[in-house]
Amino acid sequence: MRSVPLGVLIVDDEAPARSILREHLAKVPGVRVLGECANGLEALRAAGELSPDVVFLDIEMPRLSGFEVLELLDPRIAAVFVTAYDEWAVKAFEVHAVDYVLKPFEPARIAAAVERARERLASRAPRDAAALAAAARPAGTWLERVVVRDGARVHIIPVDKLFAARAQDDYVELSSEGKTFLKAQTLASLAAALDPSRFVRVHRSHLVRVDAIARLETYAKGSYVAILTDGSRVPVSREGHARLKTLLG
Amino acid sequence: MHPILARPGRLLPYLAACAPLAAIVTALLARPGGLFLGEAVALAVPLTVAYAFMGLSPWYLCRQFPLKRERILPIVLAHALAGAVIASLWVGLAALLAAGFGLIPAFQSLPGRFAGQAIALLAAGFLLYLLSAALNYVLLALEAASEAERREAELEILAREAELAALRAQIRPHFLFNCLNSISALASADPPKAQEMCVRLGEFLRKSLSVGERKTISVAEELALSRAYLQVEALRFGERLQVEEDLDERGDLCQLPPLLLQPLVENAVRHGVASLIEGGKVRVSVACSAGRLRILIENPLDPDAPARPGTGVGLANVRQRLAAKWGADGLFAAKRLADRYMVVISVPAEVAA
Repeated sequence: MRSVPLGVLIVDDEAPARSILREHLAKVPGVRVLGECANGLEALRAAGELSPDVVFLDIEMPRLSGFEVLELLDPRIAAVFVTAYDEWAVKAFEVHAVDYVLKPFEPARIAAAVERARERLASRAPRDAAALAAAARPAGTWLERVVVRDGARVHIIPVDKLFAARAQDDYVELSSEGKTFLKAQTLASLAAALDPSRFVRVHRSHLVRVDAIARLETYAKGSYVAILTDGSRVPVSREGHARLKTLLG
Repeated sequence: MHPILARPGRLLPYLAACAPLAAIVTALLARPGGLFLGEAVALAVPLTVAYAFMGLSPWYLCRQFPLKRERILPIVLAHALAGAVIASLWVGLAALLAAGFGLIPAFQSLPGRFAGQAIALLAAGFLLYLLSAALNYVLLALEAASEAERREAELEILAREAELAALRAQIRPHFLFNCLNSISALASADPPKAQEMCVRLGEFLRKSLSVGERKTISVAEELALSRAYLQVEALRFGERLQVEEDLDERGDLCQLPPLLLQPLVENAVRHGVASLIEGGKVRVSVACSAGRLRILIENPLDPDAPARPGTGVGLANVRQRLAAKWGADGLFAAKRLADRYMVVISVPAEVAA
């Protein structure tokens, strides 16, 4: 049985790194390199146009990191991370069974990564990009910005400007400076990535930044509503109220 | 607490050293017309022990009034007053003891004969106080000297630690692995460039290792090291990395602790230029005037980039090293603007002897 050629996209901000990866990939049977991108924004655009099966993703890149690209990438595309040296990231890859190759590249390692990506595509195993990114952060550090894709545009929301988030089925609706953004992520996964001393799950389907709360009003017996500094209102459950109280002492 | 009382092992030798004092007091009391020798000894021993402790008291006054030429009058007055008080107390104690002895029938005439010696004892007590004050000043000076020595040793250790940290941070594994990968890429695509990269990297590593051993290096040498680093990075980043130098030849010979600027230049590349899609320019400017050396390193950065973990440690290291060498005279400031980052170093311009 002949396998279908695998379309590969290379994403790395260093030209020499891209060229050597292309050279190694060219020698792997059944692989077709569809293109090279020098940054994450280019990669998202190219992934839309070229529909690759696999992307080889560098981690440290301008504007968007490799982890952020993965969050915004079509989940049907398999990813192989590329890194020179990053203890935390490598640990995260091991834990989340994400493929990676180390620089300097070893041709056999790249061929093996391609093979595993092929298997992964066949098994359609789901992935949680946000959890992977969280695992790759050093202990005690938290998400500093949230990236959201809105058609062809990518919005970068610093957590200081994130007021609240609301669960909407498999999406979260993020509100920041009077605007709302939809992101394919669960509220629980977002909450786990944010600094728990700054963001509180005040309700099963609501998360707020504590210092964005202007005041709390009683809504009914045992339930409250938080009025945020931007004027919006967020329901607060009995449990959420208890969590707020523990945090604020 | 007085240093002699602070450690129990010091008290006995101190009291032993006071034995001659007992002899002097005995001689003083046994002067003709005074006490008999036996009486004099019986009185002198408790008086000496008492004075041994009273003689420690100038320590507190000495600490309160450190010797300074411009404050000599208040110092003299304070000690004169204290000396008079201590000597009076001492003579009072002696009179009490003498009166006590007088209660015993065999020594009935002792208080009368003691009275004749009281003035001499008072004078001796006063002089002893002055002697004790002088000794306490010597003790204080010795303590200050050893404290200064300890502080200097501490600063030296701090400086060494900072240098080691700088050396460790110097050869970042991330940088090395990326270089190796670039070389492996160039090896087939552009062999002469691969060779050049090996040479540049070798040059950078060699320079880093050789200057790390020294206490200070010239600004020119440090800049050469940074340049070697930038040449390696230029091969990786291509057009994205630009460098602008604005130098002052008077600054070239000024001395700095080694590997101070290079990590800052490296930060400018890693966290600045590398964070921008189009890249940007690292600007290094050196100026030397009015006895001060000023160095500015500036780079553009992505306004959306979060503060990078780890850079704070590097900056604290630079600050510590400057403080260890120049104290408050070694200034360091780092500032993040909307789209730029700058660090400024300002230190006394020192040329190698």
